[in-house]
This record gives sequence, structure tokens and C-alpha cells, in this order.
Amino acid sequence: MKPFAYVAAGSLAEAVDAHGGRPGSRYLGGGTNLVDLMKLGVERPDTLVDLTRLPLDAIEETGDGGLRVGSGVRNSDFAAHPLVAARYPVVSQALLAGASGQLRNAATTGGNLLQRTRCSYFQDISKPCNKREPGSGCGARDGVHRDHAVLGHSAHCIATQPSDLAVALAAVDAQIELRGPQGLRTVPATTFHRLPGDSPEQDTVVVPGDIVTAVLLPPGPAGLPSRYRKVRDRASYSFALASVAAVLDLDAGRVRHVAVCFGGLAHRPWRATITEERLRGAVPTQEAVRQAVEAELLQAQPLRDNGYKVGLAKNLACDVLDTLVRSASA
Amino acid sequence: MANHSGHSGQTSSRITLRVNGEEYTLTLDHRVTLLDALREHLDLIGAKKGCDHGQCGACTVLVDGRRVNSCLLLAVAQQGTSVTTVEGLGDAATPHPLQAAFVERDAYQCGYCTPGQLCSAVGMLAEVTAEAGSDPTTSARRSALTRDEVAERMSGNLCRCGAYPRIVDAVLDVIA
Repeated sequence: MKPFAYVAAGSLAEAVDAHGGRPGSRYLGGGTNLVDLMKLGVERPDTLVDLTRLPLDAIEETGDGGLRVGSGVRNSDFAAHPLVAARYPVVSQALLAGASGQLRNAATTGGNLLQRTRCSYFQDISKPCNKREPGSGCGARDGVHRDHAVLGHSAHCIATQPSDLAVALAAVDAQIELRGPQGLRTVPATTFHRLPGDSPEQDTVVVPGDIVTAVLLPPGPAGLPSRYRKVRDRASYSFALASVAAVLDLDAGRVRHVAVCFGGLAHRPWRATITEERLRGAVPTQEAVRQAVEAELLQAQPLRDNGYKVGLAKNLACDVLDTLVRSASA
Repeated sequence: MANHSGHSGQTSSRITLRVNGEEYTLTLDHRVTLLDALREHLDLIGAKKGCDHGQCGACTVLVDGRRVNSCLLLAVAQQGTSVTTVEGLGDAATPHPLQAAFVERDAYQCGYCTPGQLCSAVGMLAEVTAEAGSDPTTSARRSALTRDEVAERMSGNLCRCGAYPRIVDAVLDVIA
């Protein structure tokens, strides 16, 4: 690890100033991903600006029926909060499907969204990786890519976005609040992460110096039936091979509102807009659900060794939607 | 902290760590993790370095009562917190109930993961209690923990000897 300066920021303004948008500056939250990447030599900051002493750890009602979750709220506290668990079960479930009890106690909301891909080529500095070192090539494309993307990947990068939380936030149409050198702005969770295109080094729309200050959970999906389901190589404590977050509301047997988002399949949470479009207003029979999910996954472009993900994602989405139809009808 | 501003480019700081009720003031390179501070600077070698990447849980300690992977925490960022290691849970003469249950159930083979398992289980049971909140059925909630739920909640602690069934037995003994 390279030696670095450490700043315990006393205010947001001080944090933004200490970071300065410089390439060697990094904000420190729980550190569960950043410190690991520093040990691996993937991250080599010269200055760490610690945000954990800032008052960013509150979960508050917004007055319109939504919630504002500070970016410093630890994953375990976010998941266990009674209002989150009651109004947005899909968010609690996604948080609890990620990592371990110890990691969830340390990891922050902001850090969870900004965590880097677990692509083994990205994490190994002896291997080529366009995300870590633009222009060096992609080792995974013709290498070990069983865990990699089947949707929205590019010639330059086939990595997947690893956060479970991000998938659930996209499904409930959350907003991400950012404070940066240019002031405050909010970005929809659906467009916070980006597709790799020809600049895979850029995971999100965050620019140097930006701090994620909060996640805003909107009133719309609050209280609706929702569910997160994740498939991984072992029963617990592993990244998603595929996952689905979904929200469903029925009106007289027809779909009034539906949101479906895949995790583990792409460089960002993948909102299944084709599936949603087909189901909206329809009677969600098992057959209608299957056809709607298949229509979305027609876009998949699996690689040599990850074609299994397409069928897995289909089965997962059909199961989650069928379960939600049953609970919404009950 | 000597290096509050950070603009000096200073790469070490003089910090105070509170561990098992004792305060220790020492100068540490910012790269030192809490695990290395405990083991290499304070001679508290209970917490173990297994993977050093937050994947095995052998380094688990309690920070302000919450279980965490000490290998992924920078010591410099722990100023003002209260750390409890396995040495702070109990000793041979007055073991923590979980330590006694691990002995009784023979819940280990090589023992390398045991300090992390113990700290993790103490933190896990505190989480269950906190989730139940002021609910008068807190003790009922705790005693309703199933084997599967204990295993899920303890999945951040690997045991390469495979002593999991007896670890779960020991945890269930304590909440019974």
C-alpha cells in the first residue's frame, strides 16, 4: 500500500475542499471495499478524506410519505430500520442479501453504491483491464467470465455492477443525492450507474469531488408488495450470479404498477422496461409474465461461458413476479 | 490528532485507541489496519489474520459493540471508538457464556477462527436483541432463532475445519 495522508473531515464543505477533485483523493466511508482495493494495489490514493464523522447517518421521513436515508447510514442499520422494512421490503431484503453481518455493520449506503466490480481481472494488477487501466484491454472477454455481463456490455468491458442495494433502489425509483464542487444535485438510481461503452473506467455519473449525501426513497412504491431474490454460488455471503428486485401493484386483477430490475447481469442495475411495458395494464397470468420476461431477455448477448445466466434470470424473474401476483391478489 | 488538516501530506498520526477498557496512545502509519494495530502494536493476538480481505471473519472484533472485520478498518479512523477483542470477552477464570459454551460443545478443531466466531456471535446476538427493540418478546425472539438463521447470520465467519454444527449448537445453548 502507498503511504497516504488522512483527513477526518468536520463538515461537508471541509470534505469537498480537502478532496479538491484531485485524482489522488478518495473519500473514506466504511472502507470495506476501498481499503481492500488499496491492499490489492488497485487503488493508490495519496489522501483519504474520512466522511464517517459527518452527520450523514440519519433516516428521516420526508413528509410526502418517502424516506431520506443519509449516505453514512450503515447497511445493517438501513436494512433493520422499521420504516424501511415496512414500506420498502425489497430494499431491506437486498441489503441483507449482500455481504456478511460484519461487513454490513461497517459498509455505508454511499460506499455500497460506489463499490467497484469484483471482476477478477479488475482486482489483479498483473492482468489487463480497461476499467482499471484504460487501453490495456479486457482479460475477461476471452478469459474467465462465468460471472460477467450478458446485457449492455461493450467490446471494452464485460464487468457487472456488484451492489444488491443498487438493484433494489432502481426498482423503487429512488433518487441519489450528490454534493460536489458544483453544489447539490439528485440523480435517478436507474441512471446513477452507467453502461461501459468505451469508458468503462467510469462506473457511475459521479465526478471527482462529489459526495453521495443521501438516498431518497419515493412515496409511490411505499407499502406495495415487493421482493428481492438473489442466486449465488453458495447459500450466503457471495455476490449475485443473477438477482431480481420487483415491485407490483394490481387493480381489479390487472397490473397497475410494476417495476422489475435485474442485478448481476450488467454494468448497472438493469430495469426490465420491456417486461414492465408488456405487463402494465395486463392480467398477469404465469404465461403473460413468462412472455414479458422473455421479451426483455431477447436482448441478452451471452459470452462463451455465461449463457446460463439468461435462463437463470428468466426463472428468477418469473418466480418473483408470480409470487408478487399471488400476494397482491391475496 | 496530530494530522487533522492532512494538507501537510503527513502519512502517520499519533492516535489513542481504546481497547478492552484500556487507552493506548501510539504513533501509527495511516496504512496500519486495526487488526495489525491490535496484533503488532498492542500484543493482542486473539484476533487472527486469515484472508486479510474481509472474506473469512477470523479478524472479527467489536467496535462500539458492533461486530466488524478489523482487517478492513484503518486504525487511524478508529480514534474515539471503543474496541473489544476476544481477550476482552472473558478469560479462563471467568469466561464469557459463549466461551464456556464453545468449550462445552467442543465448537472448534484448530481454533484459528474461534476468536472471530466468538466476537461475531456476541455481536450477532446483540443485533437480534436490537432488532426486537423494546418489544417485550425480545427474549422470545432470541430463543426463536433457528439453526438456519444462526448459520445465515454467522456466514461471515468461515471455519475450514468445518466445526459449523457445533458452533451453531454453542450459540443456541447461550440463547436457550
